[in-house]
Amino acid sequence: MDTLIGLIEFMTNISKFTRSVRLGIKTLLLHKLRSLLTMLGVVFGVGSVIAMLAVGTGASEEAQSQIRRLGSQNIILHSVQSQQDQSSERVRMSIYGLTYDDEVRIRETIPTVRRTVPAKLIPHDARVGGRTMELRIVGTTPAWFDLVERELIAGRRLQQRDLETRANVCVLTERSARRLLATETMLGNRIRVGANYYEVVGIIRSETGGTAGGVQTPDQEVDAYIPLSTARERFGDIVIRRSEGSTERSMVQLHQLVVEVDELENVESTAAAIEQMLQRFHPRGDYRVSVPLALLRQAEATQRTFNIVLGSIAGISLLVGGIGIMNIMLASVTERTREIGIRRAIGAKRSQIIGQFLIETIVLSSAGGILGIAVGGIIPQIIEYFAGMPTIVPMYAIVLSLGISVGVGILFGIYPAIRAARLDPIVALRHE
Amino acid sequence: MVSLKDVRKIYQMGSEKVRALDGVSIEFSRGSFWAIMGPSGSGKSTLLNLLGCLDRPSSGTYTLAGEDVSQLEDDDLSAIRLKYLGFVFQSFNLISQLTVRENIELPLFYQGWEPQECAARAIELAEQVELADRLGHRPAELSGGQQQRVAIARALANDPRVILADEPTGNLDSATGDHIMGLFGELHKLGKTILIVTHEDEIASWADHRLHMRDGHIDRID
Ligand SMILES: Nc1ncnc2c1ncn2[C@@H]1O[C@H](COP(=O)(O)OP(=O)(O)OP(=O)(O)O)[C@@H](O)[C@H]1O
Ligand SMILES: [Mg+2]
Repeated sequence: MDTLIGLIEFMTNISKFTRSVRLGIKTLLLHKLRSLLTMLGVVFGVGSVIAMLAVGTGASEEAQSQIRRLGSQNIILHSVQSQQDQSSERVRMSIYGLTYDDEVRIRETIPTVRRTVPAKLIPHDARVGGRTMELRIVGTTPAWFDLVERELIAGRRLQQRDLETRANVCVLTERSARRLLATETMLGNRIRVGANYYEVVGIIRSETGGTAGGVQTPDQEVDAYIPLSTARERFGDIVIRRSEGSTERSMVQLHQLVVEVDELENVESTAAAIEQMLQRFHPRGDYRVSVPLALLRQAEATQRTFNIVLGSIAGISLLVGGIGIMNIMLASVTERTREIGIRRAIGAKRSQIIGQFLIETIVLSSAGGILGIAVGGIIPQIIEYFAGMPTIVPMYAIVLSLGISVGVGILFGIYPAIRAARLDPIVALRHE
Repeated sequence: MVSLKDVRKIYQMGSEKVRALDGVSIEFSRGSFWAIMGPSGSGKSTLLNLLGCLDRPSSGTYTLAGEDVSQLEDDDLSAIRLKYLGFVFQSFNLISQLTVRENIELPLFYQGWEPQECAARAIELAEQVELADRLGHRPAELSGGQQQRVAIARALANDPRVILADEPTGNLDSATGDHIMGLFGELHKLGKTILIVTHEDEIASWADHRLHMRDGHIDRID
């Protein structure tokens, strides 16, 4: 007990403490190679933990940001062709998917729905002069641009007036605009889709579409947005797709419906209500409901599991590192028995001997920790460079590693230090 | 000043008891210079370790500077060693990784002196033992006599009242031994109480008093 109080006194006296740390460093520098080898366990333990955390965090951050792009307050409905329709060759036209009525029902009857954004998706060639490009014509409402946030580069977005007048206007993505209108001034140009011309009124930043957590993002790189009313009038509900001699016709009213919920906590109940409603009107199940929030939660849960696994690996490797340090410190105590005896004879208290050896161990393990952080910072850079994976070294990992390194020093240093302090000074002085 | 009353030190070796000290009573007055003599195994080192507060008697009382220190806790004994006592050993017992200066500073470090004060005091002590030019050397780079002088400087650093030396000249040739004894003689003149264990009559002749041990008790004093 007295020893403990003495030790605390010793450790909290700043000037004595810094001198002891300096002395510890000096002693360790007397055996540079040995100290380095002793540290190695902690170096690699901490290094691998940080590197793995960086890769894991990078991957999950990317997944989460993709999911977040879907909008955590959104529920995304897709029309899907049901299995039996796809397989039967005789069906000349498949009729499936979400309807205009579905949209109205969802908007009108579920009170937690703030707004809905319907979309018709029609793949179609577009032409400007001699250039052609396959676009994805998206017939939608102005609210699209609120729910799927994209920076407006030039011109304007679709407006309510366009919808009412069924205007032949379109908003292009940056990429489509480049491809189609390369040298000409972009705004005010007209692109030809089928038999009709559409005036380009705005250009928005394009972002690679694709999937996030298994869900198709609502927007794609090759989108051209036109008013939904215009799309209904020009294209109708029948989409004809020709591929390799066969013709595939389908009749779909809405391909996609994004539902925005009023509050985050209502997302799941709203999704359930929508599902229930759709089940009633779509017994064939020709729709799919995706809830980004649920996916986000899932991704976060996966991340947590991953962290626990990493934590265990970290724990084991640091344990091994710690045992290595303890081993060397025990050897060092034996080797320095005489020194301990001398210090005790001069008047060093047990607590001061404990402090001396403990500080040495802590210096050793912390130095290992710092080197480990350096290693753990470099490895992700290499991975990023060669494998192209995004990595993020989380701040908490660095703080945690330092803390744990000091902890390892204390945990595995305390026993050798106590062994040193328990030596009888007379016996220690006689030690050869 | 330093007094023992009926002090015993008994080691239990299996079923046998070794009476290393068997009823020792004596008083060393302040500023006196004693040689402790006697055949091997007579208990000289045991006595010196007790006097040096490195050990506790099995029974009896030991009074140092007016305080009964015979049954103190380990930490209190450390404090007494730090404050009142200085040791010189047969095998010098310098810490080999530390320089001469750092070895001399050791007691000051434990007394909590500031680094600059320590350095100044170390230089002063090194001059006293004529080793001012060796402050940066390591013990292995010094001769035996020089090492023992460093040990004496270290023993003096905390300005102790009592200096205890167990065969300080045992590892030195006679000329060097005389030099060392000369240093002890000077310390005696400065008023330190000096207790030296030795086999050699020549060394013992430097002291004012000689205490002869035999089988754990005092044989005679002259
Ligand atoms: N730790 C111990 N355990 C058991 N017996 C001991 C211990 N220390 C000393 N003794 C015994 O006590 C007796 C006195 O020993 P001590 O070391 O005091 O002798 P000494 O007079 O210093 O002899 P020397 O001149 O050879 O150094 C010896 O019989 C010794 O065996
Ligand atoms: Mg002896």
